Amino acid sequence: MFAQKRLGKELSNIHKSLPPGISIASASDFSNWKMDIQVLDTNPLYADQIYRLNFKFSGSYPIEAPEVTFIKEDGRDIPMHPHIYSNGVICLDLLGTNWSPVQNVESVCMSIQSMLTSNTKNERPPGDDTFVRSGYRSPRNINFVYDDNTV
Amino acid sequence: MRPLRLLAAEFPNLACEQLTATDKASSKPKKLHLKPSEGAADSHTEQPPLSPTSSQRLPTLPNNLTVAEERPAKRSHSSTSTHPHPTGDHETDEEVAFSPAYDALVENEPKGKMSEMSDDDFLSGGSDDDFMDESMDSDFEEEDGTQYLDDKDDKPQKKAYEVDFTVLTEGEIKKAQSDAIEESCAILALTPENAAVLLRHFKWNKDRMIEQYMDGSQKLLEEAGVDLTGSNKPELKTVPGFMCDICCEDEDGLQTFSLRCNHRYCADCYRHYLSQKIKEEGEAIRIQCPSDGCKVLVDPKSITMLAGVGVLSRYYELLNRTYVEDRENLRWCPAPNCEFVVDCPVSQKQLHEIVPTVFCTCGHHFCFGCGSNDHQPCPCGLVKKWLKKCEDDSETANWISANTKECPKCQSTIEKNGGCNHMTCRKCKHEFCWVCMGPWNEHGTSWYNCNRYEEKSGIDARDTQAKSRASLERYLHYYNRYANHEQSGKLDKDLYIKTEKKMTMLQSASGMSWIEVQYLDAASKVLQQCRQTLKWTYAFAFYLQRNHLTTIFEDNQKDLEMAVEALSELFEKPTDQLANIKVEMMDKTAYVSNRRVILLDTTAKGLQDGTWEFTVEF
Repeated sequence: MFAQKRLGKELSNIHKSLPPGISIASASDFSNWKMDIQVLDTNPLYADQIYRLNFKFSGSYPIEAPEVTFIKEDGRDIPMHPHIYSNGVICLDLLGTNWSPVQNVESVCMSIQSMLTSNTKNERPPGDDTFVRSGYRSPRNINFVYDDNTV
Repeated sequence: MRPLRLLAAEFPNLACEQLTATDKASSKPKKLHLKPSEGAADSHTEQPPLSPTSSQRLPTLPNNLTVAEERPAKRSHSSTSTHPHPTGDHETDEEVAFSPAYDALVENEPKGKMSEMSDDDFLSGGSDDDFMDESMDSDFEEEDGTQYLDDKDDKPQKKAYEVDFTVLTEGEIKKAQSDAIEESCAILALTPENAAVLLRHFKWNKDRMIEQYMDGSQKLLEEAGVDLTGSNKPELKTVPGFMCDICCEDEDGLQTFSLRCNHRYCADCYRHYLSQKIKEEGEAIRIQCPSDGCKVLVDPKSITMLAGVGVLSRYYELLNRTYVEDRENLRWCPAPNCEFVVDCPVSQKQLHEIVPTVFCTCGHHFCFGCGSNDHQPCPCGLVKKWLKKCEDDSETANWISANTKECPKCQSTIEKNGGCNHMTCRKCKHEFCWVCMGPWNEHGTSWYNCNRYEEKSGIDARDTQAKSRASLERYLHYYNRYANHEQSGKLDKDLYIKTEKKMTMLQSASGMSWIEVQYLDAASKVLQQCRQTLKWTYAFAFYLQRNHLTTIFEDNQKDLEMAVEALSELFEKPTDQLANIKVEMMDKTAYVSNRRVILLDTTAKGLQDGTWEFTVEF
């Protein structure tokens, strides 16, 4: 109820206008949305690529942060980034301890977009293998240590 | 002997005087050592009076099995404990007497309670007997220095293994906080809310806070999340044309709230936000304004204004909890459902030289340093190492290395479970001799009989194996004993119920009163305590270097262990025999507990002086 009203409002805003490089892939209910993002400049790592973000909302959104991950779907890949694991889990303080209820789907997309834009390293986070093998799917159960503010 | 109560009644001044003297000395159970006077216990005058201090001085003798023989089999009343005896008037035989060491039996009982009770006991005995006049009083005083009370130097001294501590209730914790807040308010001219935020920011280090505040108040307040610049007054109000950024609600008459920073949201969202932070995330002192990047803290007043009853009570609970966690000298009693806090001045840095066991009012005793169950005499660092060693499979590796050999060529691990010494590795087909580990072809014609014993490669292989074997054996020696006492300790879990049953049975079998069978309870408590101590002496000894101090330690350990087993054996005797061995059991109980004190005392002294040499750093 609480989340629905807010998401409804967000959705109508999103349909009205979205920043360049961000588009809506699907938003048929109030628990799961998919967004497509792409990097606009000529960063060779992500040039001409579109990536898909999966948003999962709990009943207490926006007080509680949504679960946001990259997914492989419709030929979309997981972007290479030192803070993105190969299973799509994103290590971003905004989605964890630094979440603020004033954030919304649009602002999260923009943050991730700029996170990709500014990256120059073609690599995965350290320990990607073990992390992916350990089978964590939900970022909520992970206590990330946000140790790197440069990328 | 005359009952204790009468004895006290006859010398009320004496008793009270002594009481105040010990009162000042310490809050521990009071001991009153009276020599038998002709009037009080004439049947015992011919017995050699035992020096009341002898048992206390024993700790300096590292290996003194002679304690038992030193004490007269039938003890005199040279020292009596002041434990409460509600039915003291019925106790007319010698069993009322306790040896000094017997006092130690109650050391795991709440001390505050105990001393109160003994006070009452004495006061009720002596209060209305003020018939004694001045002259009589001074008569006693003349003699008392030499004859009646020679325990002037026997004030309850703090043993080396004991630490000072106090048990605090939740109320006292709250009061300590509000006192600190009030004081800082007065000094810095801040509102109580802001003072509280600042104090929490500085983890209640008042001095550091005041110092830094003097250096630059504005910067500090900003850093701590107190915003004095904002103009807005935090209160609920309706704002025309407002839309909440969180829920997107915009209907008229919507209640809104904002902190001084003027980031305004509807009251419902604020409540949701607070309840999420407090109930789900367990956050209390660092709840910031919901706005992105705004560092202003939600102050307690606003929380009180907004949050519901359930959230609020949780909030206060969390405030108390963080207070205790922030202070290095405080720790919650880890017993389930216990709400007491222990205040102890031992800091984390001191933990290598002291093992701070504290006794909570709830009856639980635990280590203040690490919060686990009492592990005296073993320091926290060694306990951690030991438990890890027992847990991980470093000893499995040792077993492998002690019981198997590796193929000299491909290093596959091979366990030989039969057959001759001519080995052929299944994996790499290398042929070698199991005895000397050298290649088989060098053996020539001496089939199955290795005469190449002195070859270097063989010697090396055997050396490493011998070392692993010795190390494994050494570990197992200590571990088995440790585990044995731990197991006994676990079995003793229901010992209390067992003891109570035994006491009831003994009562009906022998006609003794409930008070008279208390010695069984005392014995069982001592047994449990000593097993706990013994268990950790093995972990301690495992890490000791071999030197003469270690030998002394192990002698002490052996003495305690033997005494414990002897008492344990008595304790397990059938009920019909228990009545006959009462004196023997009480003797043994006192002896065992005395041995424990000696062991702990010498160990603790060694830790403080840094005389122990360990095989590891901790």
